[in-house]
Amino acid sequence: MVKLIVEFSKYVLIFLIVIYTLQSILIFAKRNEEAREFLFLRQNVVMFCIHFVAFMVLYLQMEEAQLLIFYGEQALYLAATLIFFRHLYPKASKLAINNMCMLITIGFIMVTRLSYDQSVKQFKICVIGTVIALIVPWLISKLKFITKFAWVYAVLGIGLLAAVAVMAQVTNGAKLALTVGGITLQPSEFVKIIYVFCIAGMLSKSTDFNQIIKTSILAAVHVLILVASTDLGSALIYFMTYLIMLFVATRDWRWLILGIAGFALAAVAAYFLFAHVRVRVEIWKDPFAVYEGSGYQVAQALFAIAAGGWFGTGLFQGSPTEIPYVDQDFMFAAIAEEMGSIFCICVILICMSCFIMFVNIAMKMVNDFYRYVALGLACTYAIQVFLTIGGSMKMIPMTGVTLPFVSSGGSSMLSTLIMFSVIQGLYILRKDEDDPFEDEGYYEEPQYYGP
Amino acid sequence: MRMIRLKMKDIMKNRSTMDRNYGDIFVEDIPVNDAGRKKRRGKKTEKAISEEEYTGSGSAYYDDEEEQERIRRKKNRGLVQMSYLMVALFLSMAAYLIYLNVELRDDLNSNPYNTKQAVYQEQIIRGNIYSEDGETLAVTEVAEDGTESRYYPYSNLFAHIVGYATNGKSGVESVNNYELTTSHASILDQIREEKLDTKVQGDSIVLTLNSRLQAACYQALGDNKGAIVVLEPDTGKILAMVSKPDFDPNTIEQDWDALINDETNSSLFNRAIQGQYPPGSTFKILTALEYIREHPNDYQNFSYNCDGRISKEDVTITCYEGEVHGYENLESSFVNSCNGAFAQIGMEIDNRSFKALCEDFMFNKDTPLDLPSSQSLFRLTENASYGEEMMTAIGQGETLVSPLEMALVSATVANGGTMMKPYYIDRIETYDQEVVKQYKPSKYKELMSAEEVEIISGFMEKVVTEGTARKLSGESYTAAGKTGSAEYGSKDGEHGTHSWFTGYLDVENPKLAISVIIEDGGAGSASAVPAAKQIFDTWWYELQYE
Repeated sequence: MVKLIVEFSKYVLIFLIVIYTLQSILIFAKRNEEAREFLFLRQNVVMFCIHFVAFMVLYLQMEEAQLLIFYGEQALYLAATLIFFRHLYPKASKLAINNMCMLITIGFIMVTRLSYDQSVKQFKICVIGTVIALIVPWLISKLKFITKFAWVYAVLGIGLLAAVAVMAQVTNGAKLALTVGGITLQPSEFVKIIYVFCIAGMLSKSTDFNQIIKTSILAAVHVLILVASTDLGSALIYFMTYLIMLFVATRDWRWLILGIAGFALAAVAAYFLFAHVRVRVEIWKDPFAVYEGSGYQVAQALFAIAAGGWFGTGLFQGSPTEIPYVDQDFMFAAIAEEMGSIFCICVILICMSCFIMFVNIAMKMVNDFYRYVALGLACTYAIQVFLTIGGSMKMIPMTGVTLPFVSSGGSSMLSTLIMFSVIQGLYILRKDEDDPFEDEGYYEEPQYYGP
Repeated sequence: MRMIRLKMKDIMKNRSTMDRNYGDIFVEDIPVNDAGRKKRRGKKTEKAISEEEYTGSGSAYYDDEEEQERIRRKKNRGLVQMSYLMVALFLSMAAYLIYLNVELRDDLNSNPYNTKQAVYQEQIIRGNIYSEDGETLAVTEVAEDGTESRYYPYSNLFAHIVGYATNGKSGVESVNNYELTTSHASILDQIREEKLDTKVQGDSIVLTLNSRLQAACYQALGDNKGAIVVLEPDTGKILAMVSKPDFDPNTIEQDWDALINDETNSSLFNRAIQGQYPPGSTFKILTALEYIREHPNDYQNFSYNCDGRISKEDVTITCYEGEVHGYENLESSFVNSCNGAFAQIGMEIDNRSFKALCEDFMFNKDTPLDLPSSQSLFRLTENASYGEEMMTAIGQGETLVSPLEMALVSATVANGGTMMKPYYIDRIETYDQEVVKQYKPSKYKELMSAEEVEIISGFMEKVVTEGTARKLSGESYTAAGKTGSAEYGSKDGEHGTHSWFTGYLDVENPKLAISVIIEDGGAGSASAVPAAKQIFDTWWYELQYE
């Protein structure tokens, strides 16, 4: 009977996520505020249904009472997040909030399935992060002077990254984490945000040649330190983000072409200079040729995706834990195995919906600094998603970055929460810019020039 | 007053942003409430307004905002381009995932490293294997207490091709493990069975092999060591595949130690596709083809006077049992299987193009068959000695072939010069006979022109009517082929002659292509030809009418 429920539930979950995804894409076509509001509420209902069905399936198979309590806590957290955001920031983008909660929910489900202990840790960080995330939009809209400190961000970011490169211990071939007072942090996740602020500050000041050179040098220092700490995934994210911000600021294709050419050269050079780059490329070319060694992880990820097929095996019916570091780098493959490829396509589309929302916000900003910040954060997000999902499908070589909100990993969760709330802050700022008259009661205004 | 103040503030704000980057535009940005401006304001589309979600802002600022809007749009152009690029990136991920599911999934699931199959096996009863004529070759029987056992009704008959599923796996049981442990039974059936808490029945595999033809081959081989492969020339279907010595997959667990320790028999080894034998005179089909290709117009003029031996440098080659054939042309050399004449040809033909021809015929290449099979080897180099050239031309030397390879050569001639990819699965079905996947014949390569086919098949017919395979003549069917007596010698002094025959049945309308090798069987005509005859007889007089 349990098997029957598991089997049936996987179709229910796919049905629900498809509905949610369609809503989060179709919302862009809806102009009517009331209709949008209604859709947002429906999305929340769908999200809670997914959470409920998935945890029912998990409980049926784990049969641990504490899971019920955990479910309750999570549901409470999700409800509180939605309510607080909506009430503290009525002007926030509801789509971004919904998508954030949806992705966090998928993360809760999969991390709980993979490791209960890990998921408890993850949940705590998520709650703390959300509290911070609730303050950030207010800070953004109040602290207008943040636009002027490009050099401070540069010093701060480079300093932190350099500290990691010098002090961090090597884990899995890369220097990533810094332990301060018993808490292990992965600074490159947070520096990502500061870095975007830095580049935005530089480019919004001016886009003449000298300024571009200065900005490029700053960006290059960031990227090179990351390469030196062998954090290739982050290096790639930083680099591509810079390139896109530069192009949007200058609207000059030549910079883009120059950047891509530079990237191609650097990639070839890296291939010949660094053994670990060659290893990654070899795995990508044929993971089965090096199956016994470095190719094992990617090969297992591919087996997992293949085993899942369109509809997945159902929660706890597959064996995603065969993949080393599944909960961080290969979360996507785990979802593909147990929830199916259709579910995964929906996850990709939800991430895309987030990205489109971010770009929409960027387009509405008047102030260049805010525009570039929104754009830069949108790009780091999109590129990170591409690197991790593309990597776990062997579409591109594996770079070892997390799937934002979904993968387990405290730093990733915290920084993504902050990133989302910074963008929310910008959105609220924009709405404030838009509506001064509404607030101050100048409704008769149109009549003055009326026919 | 307040309104005007606000207005000014708004302008100043815009000035500050525009001054910097768009000074030129700023000049016309000062709001002027003249008639012309008003008209332009009227043109502002509703869409533009709603897009920007403007609410309640005054007309006085309209022109200002319109300009602001225009500039922002211009500035946004790069942003829009970039976001299209990123959206394309997201969609490419989705597309790749679809591609992965459609194209790569089966290969990944049947990848030999994939250990996930063990998980499926716990949920699914291993599917059955059937012959083309519907006989059960392998079945999983579930006892009352739920224990499962694999049973092979034909015991030794299909041992190598079907394989075994305990003590490791081999044959179809190994290569097609994924198909056997997957169920395409309808979801309703699966749910019904899961309710009853019984396992789901896995899919069945229907082979292209015919059980009665297989039995005929098995009998024809008798107690000899060797192998027989029978193909359908125009499809590439493997109709029979026998290798001896063999084993009983039903008792493999008990016999395991004896089987793996017995090095003289190598019973687990599928000689039909894994064996590598010197081809002997059967290889002259390819040597003759190469000669005809190099002399398309004057091959008839080839002449050789056979005195039983040919010597060049320090190598001497004799005809089988020292026979003297006298004056010969190409056809009679082929029909008599004259080693001297072909050794002469070997020295004349171009080694490089000979190698290219053989490689077209799948030498030095992996067989396009999922079952583990050996490559056939052609090792002649451009600057080989005369001795090596002579040996290679008559199918000795370093050339090694599998019985399947020789069957493919005959099948190619029989099929008008086109080699079909060999295959052994006709279809995969659910346990209640819904077809899940139907396998279809596919071309490997077009290898011979119509003229070449006519010449070579003419030679091969003559071999049957008046040459070394005369034992096949005098029946109501017509056959064509080539015999071989492949001498071998191992380092420890063992030596002997393998008996070969490869050919096809029914010259007008070829139905079967066959290759027979009998280890230590002597001359081709001595044991391989009679074995082939037995199989041809059975098929012609009995099986073809069923």
